[in-house]
Amino acid sequence: MDVNTTAWTVLLLPLMVAALIVVGLKRSPGLSSLLSTGSALITFILCAMLAGGEGGDVKAFPWIDMGDLLRVEIGFQLDELSRGMMMIVTSIGLLVHLFSLAYMKDDKGKARYFAGLSLFMFSMTGIVLANNFVMMFIFWELVGVSSYILIGHWFHKESAADAAKKAFLTNKIGDFGFMIGILLVWVLTGSIYFNEISEAVGGITNTVLLNIAVLCVFCGAIGKSAQLPLHVWLPDAMEGPTPVSALIHAATMVAAGVFMLARVVFLIEATEIAAQWISWIGAATAVVAALMALQQNDIKRILAYSTLSQLGYMIMAQGIGHGGSDAGMFHLYTHAFFKALLFLGSGAVIYACHHEQDIWKMGGLRRKMPITFTTFALGTAALIAVPFTSGFWSKEMILETAYHEGAMFPYVCGIIVAFLTPFYMTRLVIVAFFGKNRTKDADHAKEVGPLMWAPLAILAVMAIFSAYKPVSGPLLATGYGSVEHLIEHFGLTAILSLIGLAVGVIGAILLYKGKDSDPINIPLFANRFYIDELYIGIVRVFQDAVAAVLDIVDRFIIDPIVVRFPALAAMGTGSFLRIFQIGNVQSYALYFGIAVIALILFLIL
Amino acid sequence: MSYLEIIVFLPLIAAIAIGLGAPARFTALGAAAIAFIVSLIVAIQFNTNVEGAVQFASSHTLMEMEGFPTLSLAFGIDGISLVLLLLATLVMLAAVLVSPPENDIKGSAKLYYLSLLLIGGGAIGAFTATDLFFLYAFHELALIPTFLMIGIFGHGENRVRTAWTITVYLGVGSLILLVGLIMAVFALGGSTFAIADLIAIAKNPETGIDPGQQTWIFAFLLVGFGALVSLFPFHSWAAPAYAEAPAPVAMLHAGVLKKFGLYGLIRIAMPIVPEGMAALLNVVLVLLLGNIIYIGLVTIAQKKLDRMLGSSSVMHMGYVFLGLATMNQLGVSGAVLLMFAHGVSIALLFALCGWIREKYGTVSFEELGGIASHLPKLGLLFAFAAFASAGLPGFANFAAEVSVFFGAFKETGDSLGWLQWTTIIALWGVVISAVYMLRAFRNLFLGTPEEKMKTPTDMTMAARLPYFLLLATLIAVGFVPEILNQFIRPAVEGLFLTTAG
Repeated sequence: MDVNTTAWTVLLLPLMVAALIVVGLKRSPGLSSLLSTGSALITFILCAMLAGGEGGDVKAFPWIDMGDLLRVEIGFQLDELSRGMMMIVTSIGLLVHLFSLAYMKDDKGKARYFAGLSLFMFSMTGIVLANNFVMMFIFWELVGVSSYILIGHWFHKESAADAAKKAFLTNKIGDFGFMIGILLVWVLTGSIYFNEISEAVGGITNTVLLNIAVLCVFCGAIGKSAQLPLHVWLPDAMEGPTPVSALIHAATMVAAGVFMLARVVFLIEATEIAAQWISWIGAATAVVAALMALQQNDIKRILAYSTLSQLGYMIMAQGIGHGGSDAGMFHLYTHAFFKALLFLGSGAVIYACHHEQDIWKMGGLRRKMPITFTTFALGTAALIAVPFTSGFWSKEMILETAYHEGAMFPYVCGIIVAFLTPFYMTRLVIVAFFGKNRTKDADHAKEVGPLMWAPLAILAVMAIFSAYKPVSGPLLATGYGSVEHLIEHFGLTAILSLIGLAVGVIGAILLYKGKDSDPINIPLFANRFYIDELYIGIVRVFQDAVAAVLDIVDRFIIDPIVVRFPALAAMGTGSFLRIFQIGNVQSYALYFGIAVIALILFLIL
Repeated sequence: MSYLEIIVFLPLIAAIAIGLGAPARFTALGAAAIAFIVSLIVAIQFNTNVEGAVQFASSHTLMEMEGFPTLSLAFGIDGISLVLLLLATLVMLAAVLVSPPENDIKGSAKLYYLSLLLIGGGAIGAFTATDLFFLYAFHELALIPTFLMIGIFGHGENRVRTAWTITVYLGVGSLILLVGLIMAVFALGGSTFAIADLIAIAKNPETGIDPGQQTWIFAFLLVGFGALVSLFPFHSWAAPAYAEAPAPVAMLHAGVLKKFGLYGLIRIAMPIVPEGMAALLNVVLVLLLGNIIYIGLVTIAQKKLDRMLGSSSVMHMGYVFLGLATMNQLGVSGAVLLMFAHGVSIALLFALCGWIREKYGTVSFEELGGIASHLPKLGLLFAFAAFASAGLPGFANFAAEVSVFFGAFKETGDSLGWLQWTTIIALWGVVISAVYMLRAFRNLFLGTPEEKMKTPTDMTMAARLPYFLLLATLIAVGFVPEILNQFIRPAVEGLFLTTAG
């Protein structure tokens, strides 16, 4: 197969599967799930071929073609960045499909679930392969739709229905900025294509507008990657089935914001203020989300806040400049594997404990579920950056770049997070897996079957080794773990993160070992700084209340005024006609009469 | 008879036939189906390589009198008319299909189907007439049965009052429009009603209308056409009328007939009084923000689906006005595509709303909930329609909006003017649309269903046909906008030619 066919197949196959399920296979969930998984396998193989291949031209499809005015293509940009990202998306996608086969085995909406997964694979592929902003925006919105469908999979639950809506609308706010950003970039460079923009960016003289444009584009990333202040949707998105959380809300879709920024990093690097804002918002999100994670009790929510925090790292890296973007993509890559592992692991735990998600109602699972425990522990090791695991290398690279570039605020935030992450993750592992079984559900837990633990095992291997050159080399432009490099550059950053690791782990062990309830209670963190409540208030006052008032205004003020106005005007119309001396009503009545007669005649003849 | 004349007169003849005793539903269905098929044939035979020229033209001079403009019964289409013709025949077919069986109609089934055909036929005539007089007359022809349908077959206690309100309102709007049109015809010498000739005269620098007068004429046309399209603040007739109208009438009026006002602005106002439009552009920008933001927020406050859809259709007209206000090819092309996309999507939504009302007897958000658990097919269709209407990619509406937004930012240099700032504010309306559409879907379809919600049965395959027809159109055009852009592009280019060709 040539590159053209391969690339188009990768994009369209999942869409066709999704469409096929929706149109005709709703009643055959088994076949639907196999088709969907099959397409995930095929796209994975094809992406591997693309990653190993020579490249080449892919024919674009002209979506909107208004000649010289505007030409929007569905076109492909196959370079190192997109090929590497495709490998992440399709490999984790495949594992999640496999895991789902077992996890969603008896679900009533299984066909719909797999249609949603396939739709997601299609949308995500479009974002990654896009060669222009509008195409990226199209698929950007479509991942929003598939995320909506999957978060709301159990839509008969009020909480799931609300979470889906919240996720979609929060993203929509980010996309409002994104669209403005795209339009402004178009104004500045006259193009929507990434390669043309990168050529034109040097010639931009209006730096104020450029900064604004970049910040607007960044709004899209704030929404999709759940950065402050639009982070509120991601923890609620955990209402979706756990494999979905692993694929979409940990490894791939939420990383799309980071990927998008990396795609247009030349724009960010052309600015100063916007770049600084990007790194500061990422850094602030990293710290705030980690603080929130300290006091959560739901296993998936802890992981969700941890995801927010790690995404903060990646976003922060995009704004640092000089290799920061590569470091961020490196962390995206390692994080995708170990966070997918942790989520699927939590899925296995939840499955085994009959859908119990509160870590205080688990306990002692280490002996009941040894494989799950071992893999979960390895994933945790990568997340808290135990030396020589994958997470260690990528996090070091971000912090080192920040330090090197003198980005002090992001650097300090990064170090703080390096203290917090080991603490809350150790708390999670100790409470859920060690000690005694606190409830019947935990007591009856059994190890999951091979269809579920095999993906865990594969991901666990990746969590440890994905950062080493033989694995990462073909996928990433730069970024791999190297012991020589570490020895050569051993300094403040490495020392501080090792101290953070030790303090966090030992502190959590001392505090939580053998406890049956949380010995610390910080309402501010547990209640997520009350930001959700604040937003609910804002929406009530500034949207719903204003809307209600306007509705009354419309019904009882505008309507009478404007209905009475025409009535008055009607009385005055006769005089209008005379004023302008352009005929009178009678002659037009005559016309009308003639016309009607003519029509009838015409019909008869 | 030319193809066009068949499409125009078939519904009218069928309406007369029903009046004379032909089986109502059968005749209406046949006429609508044939009209739709013939309009597809016209689209296939349409030559897309001719800029702006009118095709399938036919003309019969009716009256030539010294001192009066020549009057002809003339038809013809360019790409813009063609797109609206397709919209009209498609929605008319769907509207007839979703209409209840004759025995279920309370009152005269004859009058019901006859009126539907007259509304559709009137709209088709207005979109294809190349003579100003008939353009106006056909629209009036379609309005009368609209009023009747709301007054007689509408639901709600206020339907008669609503019917009168809309009659007075649109009647006065039409009258103001008439004044504007007459002013325009006489300012251009008063020798003809043929639109192409009028434009040729207007574009000739020696015979064009002077700028001061253009402003006046445009003001009348804006208010007249605007009232028909529910331009803020002349919108308050729309939401109650659509809420109380039978579903097929809401489909035809909101989806098709309302587009007449926009069509008139593009066809008449833009070429004949461009300087008048430019002079009043900032007024248009303020009014369209009234539609998008003010009405958008009003839409959020609605507690019943019918009212919400009516309000949302008012809101979305703001984006078409935004496309017109760009006064460039890209934006106007987007506006034409949006007229089509909105027409199909709102027709689909009103049809679904009618279906829900028929099954549950109410469309109130508070009384319903969890429908999707029992009627998954209806839920899926509604989700698609809501996503289309909220401007999600994959549907025609998004493709149109992209052209409008990019049109607004075309060739601005690197400083932003009123148009660009208006567009940025208008973009917030996309968020507002998503808010009310998703809330409606959430409240009606998701969540735990109440016990009493369990009775109705889901759609049968045959009943789903009209919905599929509309949805498939939205998706096809959304994926391949070129299906319609190929017609729109040359027509809009023709519109912007400096001299009439």
